[in-house]
Amino acid sequence: MRLVREYAPAALVLAAGLLLWEAVVYVFSIEFYLLPAPHVIVQSLRETYPFLVGAGLYTFTEAVLGFALGCGGGILAAMAASTSPGFAGLVLPYAVASASIPIIALAPLAIVWFGVEQGSKIAIVVLMTFFPTFISTLRGLSSVTPQSLELMRSYAATERQIFLKIRLPHSLPMVFTALRACATLAMIGAVVSEFFGGPVKSLGVYIKSTASLFQTRQAWSAILVACALGLLFYFAVVLLERLTMPWHFERRER
Amino acid sequence: MASPIIALDAVAKTFESRAGATEALRAVSLAVDAGEFVSIIGPSGCGKSSLLRIVGDLVDPSAGTVRVNGKSARQARLDRDYGIVFQTPVLYEWRTVLENVRLPLELAGRPRGEREQRPRALLRLVGLEEFAGHYPWQLSGGMQQRVSIARALALNPSILLMDEPFGALDEMTRERLNQELLQVCAETAATALFVTHSIAEAVFLSTRIVVMSPRPGCIERVVAVDLPRPRAAKTRALPRFFELVTEVRQSLREDPGLAGDPPRPGGPGPR
Repeated sequence: MRLVREYAPAALVLAAGLLLWEAVVYVFSIEFYLLPAPHVIVQSLRETYPFLVGAGLYTFTEAVLGFALGCGGGILAAMAASTSPGFAGLVLPYAVASASIPIIALAPLAIVWFGVEQGSKIAIVVLMTFFPTFISTLRGLSSVTPQSLELMRSYAATERQIFLKIRLPHSLPMVFTALRACATLAMIGAVVSEFFGGPVKSLGVYIKSTASLFQTRQAWSAILVACALGLLFYFAVVLLERLTMPWHFERRER
Repeated sequence: MASPIIALDAVAKTFESRAGATEALRAVSLAVDAGEFVSIIGPSGCGKSSLLRIVGDLVDPSAGTVRVNGKSARQARLDRDYGIVFQTPVLYEWRTVLENVRLPLELAGRPRGEREQRPRALLRLVGLEEFAGHYPWQLSGGMQQRVSIARALALNPSILLMDEPFGALDEMTRERLNQELLQVCAETAATALFVTHSIAEAVFLSTRIVVMSPRPGCIERVVAVDLPRPRAAKTRALPRFFELVTEVRQSLREDPGLAGDPPRPGGPGPR
């Protein structure tokens, strides 16, 4: 019952949006190659379902692997950097500056370096997710209050104990903020990288080639699959967050 | 005559910064005997928190010596002779109340049985037994500070260092916690060094009050509090209580910066 009450408004908005879309297409007699009506997209989705699932999994694998390597590497690098505040201060400005680099612009070069298959896409996703995770984790690990450190000192705690019992749990909310953002980034990175070239059995290549042939409904059905996978990825990270930090959510839900 | 549990000899502290050197403490000498409750009171910036931190080996003195339990402050810290309470409770949101109290026992690697039983006993002592499974945010400010006191007692320290622990609480909660703190100190036989802004609080709690002068902080005078023990609510109504409050206030009078307990025009008595 609580679930229904919580999600009913959102579901209603979705239904209303789809109806409006359907109506606009009919009222203004928009050609389907410009903007297909939702039911046409669903129809196309049913026809090409087996292919789209395969292509979706292909692209999703790139996103998940890139995410795991990029975020995992970012967390480990931040842990290493946090043990030396001097070193952390040295690299942090560059890590922050890297956020303004359009990493996707490297996608064509990544193909030169890592080949046209999944490797180049994974490399782009790794680059896109590494720095945001690194920055957030490092900030989380080093934002422990001075009083907290004094308290630990008064108990003659070792650096290792301070790290495991204070810094690490303290950093978790910031780490997960980065992970949630990176889940979205990873899917974008994988699909857009494929626009620059890849095998036909990938979502990005399929969207690009069907769109250039004005097979708009096929392109839309692939976009729909990309959206669904992106949401799935995001909510998987949210679920992991809830399981890792139950204390954090108990508070919000009261 | 037993040797003092805390002995400060000519302790000085100068903070170096880009703006230059700031002399925070000058020639502070003090001896605290076992079982005493000594309050340090003084205007803002008189170095009373620094003094507390020097005793606890959280800050090094620039000059002078600190002996605690007959050893250096560092050794006392490594031996876990201290329990510290700050103005903010410094509780960890990912730990329940019980787990917060247990933290020092985990850090000291105490055996499982003690880790299980000691936190419960301490929560019983501060009257929070039924909140063991709660998270800190579910507790009021006063309750959080009681958890913090319970945690400070976890390793049965011989010395309690408290830096304005009740400074952020309302007057009624503060008075109740004053009372509880005295009971806790009596039961644990801990020696207490207590920094405060409140004259009434200092008089109620202490065996002696160290009044400090403005920067550079040095000991202006030491007021012995000869009120009967155990102290109770009626202690605050004794004529001697008012006399002592007035005495401490007069020692502090040149100091307009006393934030926690400003002199009130037309009403010299305590609240």
